[in-house]
Amino acid sequence: MTKADEFRAEAARRILIKDGPYGTQIQAAGLAAEDYGAGTGLIGDQKGNNDLVNLTQGPVIRRICDAYIDAGAVLLATNTFNANRISQADYGAEALVRDINVSAARIVREAVDAAMAKDGVARFVAGAMGPTNKTLSLSPDVDDPGFREVTFDEVKEVYREQAAALVEGGCDFILIETVFDTLNCKAAIMAVRELERELAHEVPAMISLTLTDLSGRNLSGHTVEAFWHAVRHAKPLAISLNCSFGADQLRPHVQVLAGIADTLLMAYPNAGLPNDLGEYDEVPETTAGLVRLWAQNQQVNVLGGCCGSTPEHIAAMARAVDGLAPRPIPGVEPAMRLAGLEPFVLAA
Amino acid sequence: MQEVSIARFVNIGERTNVTGSARFKKLIMADDYAAAVEVAREQVENGAQVIDVNMDEGLLDAEHAMTTFLKLIGAEPDIARVPVMIDSSKWSVIEAGLKCVSGKPIVNSISMKEGEDSFLEHARKCMDYGAAVVVMAFDETGQADTRARKVEICARAYDLLTGIGFPAEDIIFDPNIFAVATGIEEHDRYGLDFLEAVAEIKARCPHAKTSGGLSNLSFSFRGNETVRRAMHSVFLYHAIPAGLDMAIVNAGQLDVYDAIAPALRDACEDVILMRRPDATQRLIDLAESYKGHDLRAEKEAAEWRGWPVERRLEHALVKGIDAHVVEDTEEARHAFARPIEVIEGPLMDGMNVVGDLFGSGKMFLPQVVKSARVMKKAVAHLIPFIEAEKEASGLADMSKGKIVMATVKGDVHDIGKNIVGVVLQCNGYEVIDLGVMVPWSEILKSANDNAADMIGLSGLITPSLDEMVTVAEEMTRAGMTMPLLIGGATTSKVHTALRIDPAYDGPVIHVLDASRAVGVASRLLSDTQRDGLVADTAGEYAKVRDARAGKGQSVLLPLEEARANFYDAFLSDKPAPPLQPGVHAFSDWDLADLRQYIDWTPFFRAWELHGNYPSILQDEVVGETARALKADADAMLDRIVAERWLTAKGVAGLWPCARGHGEGRDDVVIHKPLTLRGGVGVGHVADLATDPTPNPSPEGEGLSHVTLPFLRQQVKKSRDRANMCLSDFIDPAGDWIGGFAVGIHGIEPHSERFRADKDDYSDILLKALADRLAEAFAEALHQHVRTDLWGYAPDEQLTNEALIKEQYRGIRPAPGYPACPDHSLKPILFELLDAETHTGLTLTESFAMFPTAAVSGFYFGHPETEYFGVARIGRDQLEDYARRRGVDIATAERWLRPNLD
Repeated sequence: MTKADEFRAEAARRILIKDGPYGTQIQAAGLAAEDYGAGTGLIGDQKGNNDLVNLTQGPVIRRICDAYIDAGAVLLATNTFNANRISQADYGAEALVRDINVSAARIVREAVDAAMAKDGVARFVAGAMGPTNKTLSLSPDVDDPGFREVTFDEVKEVYREQAAALVEGGCDFILIETVFDTLNCKAAIMAVRELERELAHEVPAMISLTLTDLSGRNLSGHTVEAFWHAVRHAKPLAISLNCSFGADQLRPHVQVLAGIADTLLMAYPNAGLPNDLGEYDEVPETTAGLVRLWAQNQQVNVLGGCCGSTPEHIAAMARAVDGLAPRPIPGVEPAMRLAGLEPFVLAA
Repeated sequence: MQEVSIARFVNIGERTNVTGSARFKKLIMADDYAAAVEVAREQVENGAQVIDVNMDEGLLDAEHAMTTFLKLIGAEPDIARVPVMIDSSKWSVIEAGLKCVSGKPIVNSISMKEGEDSFLEHARKCMDYGAAVVVMAFDETGQADTRARKVEICARAYDLLTGIGFPAEDIIFDPNIFAVATGIEEHDRYGLDFLEAVAEIKARCPHAKTSGGLSNLSFSFRGNETVRRAMHSVFLYHAIPAGLDMAIVNAGQLDVYDAIAPALRDACEDVILMRRPDATQRLIDLAESYKGHDLRAEKEAAEWRGWPVERRLEHALVKGIDAHVVEDTEEARHAFARPIEVIEGPLMDGMNVVGDLFGSGKMFLPQVVKSARVMKKAVAHLIPFIEAEKEASGLADMSKGKIVMATVKGDVHDIGKNIVGVVLQCNGYEVIDLGVMVPWSEILKSANDNAADMIGLSGLITPSLDEMVTVAEEMTRAGMTMPLLIGGATTSKVHTALRIDPAYDGPVIHVLDASRAVGVASRLLSDTQRDGLVADTAGEYAKVRDARAGKGQSVLLPLEEARANFYDAFLSDKPAPPLQPGVHAFSDWDLADLRQYIDWTPFFRAWELHGNYPSILQDEVVGETARALKADADAMLDRIVAERWLTAKGVAGLWPCARGHGEGRDDVVIHKPLTLRGGVGVGHVADLATDPTPNPSPEGEGLSHVTLPFLRQQVKKSRDRANMCLSDFIDPAGDWIGGFAVGIHGIEPHSERFRADKDDYSDILLKALADRLAEAFAEALHQHVRTDLWGYAPDEQLTNEALIKEQYRGIRPAPGYPACPDHSLKPILFELLDAETHTGLTLTESFAMFPTAAVSGFYFGHPETEYFGVARIGRDQLEDYARRRGVDIATAERWLRPNLD
């Protein structure tokens, strides 16, 4: 049985729990500025380069990972949101991209394997790839709408490098997450495809969309359904919504996606909306109560947390949905499903 | 839940396809992507569900064009909301396109033409990029023509594709539509082959789709749109039930199946379904009779003529059809007891429908004017009978009210006034139109003699504003109290409130456009609403005045400071001396050429249809009206050109000059060969003829010096922006300047003919077209100057769109317009050009040009030139200007009035 089959089998039995974010936990670890880049020889301030911590302060990451495992998470993502050549260029750390990803994957792999050795519960490692800070669909220059900062092939190569390192480090899946630009995501899908061919084995992908407005579109303007049409060719192991807003505001969009996606559905919302100080103050029970509603409506297969969530939030979610039935994957009639920014279906 | 577009059948437009649309190809070849993007936008606005983009043209870098265009439309949410079809015969172009499309597109197309390997490689790529794909029925041996070959190739492709995991529902087969009725016997079965193949492919290949390019089918009937449309519609009528899912077709090239004339429909069906051996010959014979016919119009025409007379009259009024109105009116006259009842009954009913539709925005000005034409003809037919009856019975007339209208003294523009007159008349008002250049005395006399209910004044040029004040003052002096309506392009609520309203004791109301005229007139004549309207308007104008008085007007710099903040042009960039200096006259410029230069947007604006050409033709609300108007305009232009109704006369001159110094900083001094009478200073043409002002500083042999005094912006500018004056673009060390005047002659006999025929619509249309031709002439002549006469831009290659957007080097400011607001420079310009001799144009006392379809102005060639508005100027510049022009302050004040408030 492949890891993907195993994951599907577990997901058929219960709602699976994914971890929460690393960023706030790393901040809470109280690292000094010099700790971030320690021993890398990188010049320039590395404070805030959370991805580099995989390489320089492995135990910190391991502790966070263990905390999520203890909270009940069985899908653990790597701390590699910005561990790509485009984002690391901001820190002058492009040369370390491979090492960061391999190291990040190993840490989570070890944590997961150690836990499994103890309790025998099946757990999975997802190598996380963030959106980069460049967009393929939008021009940064308002006077020149045809201009793009990067090309499809450049972005694809950036993802290819990251995905290869994540798989090398022991990830089971690749999680293309916080997708704000659908075309960036398509480049990531292409990168994973090419990697599969090179490795001659399957590299299952999970894809997680983030919405930038309450009407339910991402930054490149795609509606949830159009996005699904645009990425369905990746045959993702799970389609997901993450970040965006809190569970309350994400609810209608989860409902839409749950009805149309013939694959597992994941959601890892923020812990509510940030307050006036930019802090998340939604208490774990509130978040857990909101996602429990989705579970009760059989709209989710995997639940986790994004910005503002802590191991306490994850634990509260795990308790809240314990024993509730997972979403059955809907059968979908074959039809030509195209997409611009909006979906278009040519009936059979 | 979100709206999801679910379709049963998809029409894929060809308008963003260089092989399907000549217009799109032209735009792309000219690198005019902005306009090309608009084509896509129109297409989506018109309901396209998928946009086909094709850049396969030998002279194009198709990859570059494809990616550039896709990125641009990707940035337009109105366009990007629908999926794209990336259409190319080159895989490299398709793949480049796939890298720019963020949704799920369709690739059009791949085939087994070069064998299975490259076919499957391309298919895998399509899967990786996430695209549906059109597969042409084409294999190593060629394109499939028979039913069997089509099915065989598609079945083989289907098995190969599904074999590599390609989703069956993402496959679209194009089994090739070929031309039928070509006269070649083997082609007869092509239509039927396609239809049968589609049905078989759909049965053989579950979930796959089918598509076809429709225009091939009717290829042998090129030029006969009626037959082509019928063939396409008939074909689809049979192909869709057979299983066709989509077609590439010009949506404008389809008719409703049931609306096709039965004989034609049957003939098409015979050909497509191969129902009889002589089908082709029969369709060819029948096609002859449809050449140049509009089928649908004919069918409708036949229908309504069978209706009862009241309905026919209403239909004629609403549709603006005047062909049968006299006979219908005559028939109605016999049906009613008294002729007046025809007017009060069916005609007024019809006009009420028109009024309601106009009022609710469902009908637009051009249609209303057409309706008015019908009404006028009907009424004209009835009047002798009504007069006869009146004489017998002594009945009073029945108009709702009487309005005296005039274009004021000094102004000759009357399109707007005529439109308002027509709208009022068709709403039952009696309009006494005094014409143009009407002195106040005549307006007052006519109003009193006719016991008018109100007076309407119109004008287009700025000096007319002052003349309107004069009329208002004289009305006060005469003790009149009837309402005074103000309208015309330069009039405004503010000017009316500040200048005209205080000058008259009676009500003064500014009427923004023709659509408001009826509302204002009816309320002024209503016992219950009049006082409210008058009080409201007076209050509103008082508020405008208070706001003006209270509001700190923009701060003006002293003239010296404004001059010190001049625009510092890089003078060494000035254009080279002209290749052909001096004056060039054109006594009869080709009208067919000018037609290409027409800017249509202002034409539609003249008819109160707002929106840019050409997108206005597809506008959801006014598109139909705009198309009808454009068709009428084109038809009239055809006649104007072919029958030489009009003559375009123009003149352009290029002279050495220099900017003045010191006090004369804002002057441009022209050094003109002394061939004509000496320099000119002030006054209008009539004075110049008898009393030429001597040239103030004659110096140099054989040259006269003509001073062009320009005005400088005085409003205090933010940051480092300059206070501009046209002289800033001229080098004091020596430079060149140009001038031009163009006019369109000859509308009078046609205008009179139309008016005699009660055809205001054609009359207004003609005048509006003459105006457009004059502007087009100015554009064409300016281009000729840039490329040939002055020659500083010999290689300029601009489309008409680019010309309209002024994407060329240099400007042509006209006296009386913002950069050069003093109309009184026109006599100087005319003298320089000897424009009266060369163009036959004359100037009125207010410096309006006659004939009205005329443009004049100066040429500036410096690359940094741009249009600007002088705006408000101070007393100091007024006095300075009076001194420079050698006139008294009062005269200068009159000339510059619009810039003094």
